[in-house]
Amino acid sequence: MSPSPTRRSLLRTAFTAGVAAPLLSACVTAGSDDDPKSQSGAKSADNPFGVKDDVPLEVVAFKGGYGDEYTKKAATAYEQRFPAAKVDHKGIQKVGEALQPRFVANTPPDVVDNTGAGRLDLATLVGAGQVSDLAELLDAPAHDDPAVKVRDTLLPGVVDDGTFDGKCVTLNFTYTVWGLWYSKSLFAQRGWTYPRTWDEMLTLCESIKAAGIAPWTYQGKYPEYINDPLLSMAAKVGGPDLVKAVDNLQPNAWKADGLKAAAEAFAELAGKGYLMSGSEALSHTEAQAAWCQQKAAFIPCGSWLESEQKDVTPAGFDMVMGAVPARTGADKLPVAAVLAASSESFLVPSKAKNRAGGLEYLRILFGKKSASDFAKTANTLPSVGGALDGLTLSSGLGSVRDAVTAAGRNTFTYRFRTWYAPLAKAVDDATGELVNRRATPTEWADRIQKAADAIAKDSSVKKFTR
Amino acid sequence: MRHGRYRFLAWALLPALALHAVFVLSPYAQAFYLSLTDWTGVAGNAHFVGLSNYRRLASDSLFLDAVRNNATMLVVVPLATVALGLFLASMLHVGGRDGRSAVRGAGGYQIVYFFPQLLSLVVIAVLWGFVYNPTNGLLNGALRGIGLDGLARSWLAEPSVALWAVMAVLVWSSVGFYLVLFSAAIDGIPKELYEAALLDGAGPWATFWRLTLPLVRDTVQVAFVYLGIVALDGFAVVQVMTVGPGGPDGATEVIGLSLYRTAFTYGKFGYASAMGVALFFATLTLAVLALRAGRKERLELA
Repeated sequence: MSPSPTRRSLLRTAFTAGVAAPLLSACVTAGSDDDPKSQSGAKSADNPFGVKDDVPLEVVAFKGGYGDEYTKKAATAYEQRFPAAKVDHKGIQKVGEALQPRFVANTPPDVVDNTGAGRLDLATLVGAGQVSDLAELLDAPAHDDPAVKVRDTLLPGVVDDGTFDGKCVTLNFTYTVWGLWYSKSLFAQRGWTYPRTWDEMLTLCESIKAAGIAPWTYQGKYPEYINDPLLSMAAKVGGPDLVKAVDNLQPNAWKADGLKAAAEAFAELAGKGYLMSGSEALSHTEAQAAWCQQKAAFIPCGSWLESEQKDVTPAGFDMVMGAVPARTGADKLPVAAVLAASSESFLVPSKAKNRAGGLEYLRILFGKKSASDFAKTANTLPSVGGALDGLTLSSGLGSVRDAVTAAGRNTFTYRFRTWYAPLAKAVDDATGELVNRRATPTEWADRIQKAADAIAKDSSVKKFTR
Repeated sequence: MRHGRYRFLAWALLPALALHAVFVLSPYAQAFYLSLTDWTGVAGNAHFVGLSNYRRLASDSLFLDAVRNNATMLVVVPLATVALGLFLASMLHVGGRDGRSAVRGAGGYQIVYFFPQLLSLVVIAVLWGFVYNPTNGLLNGALRGIGLDGLARSWLAEPSVALWAVMAVLVWSSVGFYLVLFSAAIDGIPKELYEAALLDGAGPWATFWRLTLPLVRDTVQVAFVYLGIVALDGFAVVQVMTVGPGGPDGATEVIGLSLYRTAFTYGKFGYASAMGVALFFATLTLAVLALRAGRKERLELA
């Protein structure tokens, strides 16, 4: 076994690579920048975008937890409306992997459901000018009720969630609310009541612990889960101003009293041993399974929890979601306020060939009938208002709807997670350290502030404001 | 006649060379170029930014964590794997009259040790994730079972042990292959040498250090290069198994994971390419150093 050829060929490869670089440089980035001519025809009241009915439409949907049946149904409805148009509908999992080359080559589909773990980073797409403004769609008459604009049929925050630089570029189809989940039957059986303030929470945790059950568990492998109640609590203390300051990367935003109070609350929760031991290393499935087995009383999660757990939830468990308790008596938002955001992000690429068709497809998809059908089959709240009217709901979804109703206009959401992914990572890491008592609340705030300042200073990151 | 032969050789080589150029050299070359741009990965244009991506590497604390962790792995994983592999391979050859014939059932042992090699690294990571589970994992269960409750811990969630837990998996998954490799090398040593050693009164310890090890040196050296490359990677195991992944708080971050996250989560393909290029040179340097350090006059065995 002689080593020389290996070494020589390695060096040769390096050399060739160095020399050939400029020659091949054009490959990945060679797409032309020309705007393709969008094909559209005459506009009318029932064809607000001027769809030409002989132009094909291509829809790429994410086939995840909710399946892709609802996007297929909308495709069928589109074909019925424009019988000459052929709709090419694909339901796939790795949206980013499949579509990245097509965006680079400027031949994207007409509608993209940019969702799932392998999705493309939305802020990056926006920064690269790859998505179209949906204002035209928002101001068009709703599909099932022409008297109302699409904009007015959506739940609070949905348009904001899709807005980048003052332009709404994506519409999210599902509406997620975050809170604390517990088993209604367990609480009734033990005589526990869901706490409205943090002091009540601590008292309750003491009795839960005394009963031999861990008061809380969380999905420790992914620390963002425990971030949600922490940031919710902070938003309630500090109100919308705190949330805006954080999202706008204002100096010392993370050292605000609200965030400090919330961090201290969670440090106390960990310090008093109210987190189930071992939670810090459990994946979401493991932690949620332990919670379903009543090893822990509370778990923080978004409203998808009930469908995610449907195979492992014992009968009569009756899971319900409650709003995060108020930290102080002087919180700026009421206790019913909830962290809410829409997801399953649908967009129309700016370089789509049939842009008008893409908008029309979304108008059908976001219609009340389509949303209501979705709610029935997926057991999930869609982002279209009134979609649950007249449906019989499970305990979890019912509690989610009640939480949304109780919150009214008092929903809030942080945008920094989508705007600045590296900051989201820094917050997750810091919170993981906080609840494992390796960082104090002050250290937590300091290190996140440092990360936020670094992003604010970084000229290569596109900035957004709200 | 000779001309015809060269023409035939050229035609035989050309398709392979063309494939190599398109699928190996060209991506490398493009990565070099992209590392000098701000390409986002989702649009057909990129701006030339010079060396700023490389300057950024030096102050990226998560990337530096990754470099530190990969450096630790680079020291520990090859040494531990080679040591274990050599130890097990010589144990399988101990005991015969000629000092190296196999123990009974050596073939069976080799097959069993080779099993991890048959599993995909992702499967291994998932399995070990279960083993390390703090509440009902095999490891803590075993420790508690023998009364060592004090040693049971959250293996993947404590910064001081998480990286060691990852390295243990890498060693476990590769040791079987090197055991088989070293066994084959030991089998290739002429029997007479062992007989001579036996006649000279060398014990098993002396036989190993004075005879076996020098004669399997080349193999060990190649093993170090391969294992070095494994240690500089570690992406699959870390991505599947660790908290975060890459955590807690960067404790198990590796360069490959930083690169992946920068490219696919942060949409900074230019910067990620710079990480890739840095990793490329690290691997290249390692290979050159490891092969050069081991260069010695080679023994010809009749």
